[in-house]
Amino acid sequence: MATDDDLVFRALADPTRRHLLDRLYERDGRTLTELESELEMTRFGVMKHLRLLEEAGLVVTRREGRQKLHYLNPVPIRLIHDRWIDKYRERQVSALADLKSELEDTA
Amino acid sequence: MTTRTEQATQVYAVFIRATPEQVWDAITKPEFTMRYFYGSELESTFEPGASYKQWAPEREKLWVEGEVVESARPHRLAHTWHSLFDDESASEPASRVTWEIEPQDGGVTKLTVTHDQLEASPKTAASVSGGWSYVLSGLKTLLETGEPLQG
Repeated sequence: MATDDDLVFRALADPTRRHLLDRLYERDGRTLTELESELEMTRFGVMKHLRLLEEAGLVVTRREGRQKLHYLNPVPIRLIHDRWIDKYRERQVSALADLKSELEDTA
Repeated sequence: MTTRTEQATQVYAVFIRATPEQVWDAITKPEFTMRYFYGSELESTFEPGASYKQWAPEREKLWVEGEVVESARPHRLAHTWHSLFDDESASEPASRVTWEIEPQDGGVTKLTVTHDQLEASPKTAASVSGGWSYVLSGLKTLLETGEPLQG
């Protein structure tokens, strides 16, 4: 079974979907029609990408009257940052700290 | 670099392996908020019309004040949000924060935070926009592992 992280990495592994996220980052709460007008792609294609982004939790939709608005949800990216990036950055920093104390000890 | 217009409506969502009641407790009880919400201590009875106060650690400063607008444990909570982080935010009008807690299949709960009515509060909109992701990531980690985020 695909985990939440798998869905997020898969969603991010496509340039069109990253482009859609960047457009929402610039201005949130957009309709499909607005997003479609900025892409060289059929409405169906844009819908498919938005659905994958929504399944990965990267886009959240809200109904406002007759419109469906798309919002960027940055939380899954934050979770990946906390789980996958901070961890290894810390290790790198402590490796440097170890190297420093080792060099100073031998000096 | 892409620039960004500050959003008057911001939506944040996270799936948490916990019950709606556990999520409700984590967002309303100060002993929980102190462990993931920048160390802040919440003070409210969470009844409609009650005041909502978010204190800095050691109650050194009041960070946020507001009023509870809606309260339906464990599914929905809405309160106004008036940032007092600095003079500029404090001079802006109050905005609104709505917490929606929905049970999903498989023992998972979806928590959605909508921070809106920020049209006249660009400084507040900018200051909370990175913060909510950090807070919800920390809340998920705390509920699922019993430990706050490191660092």
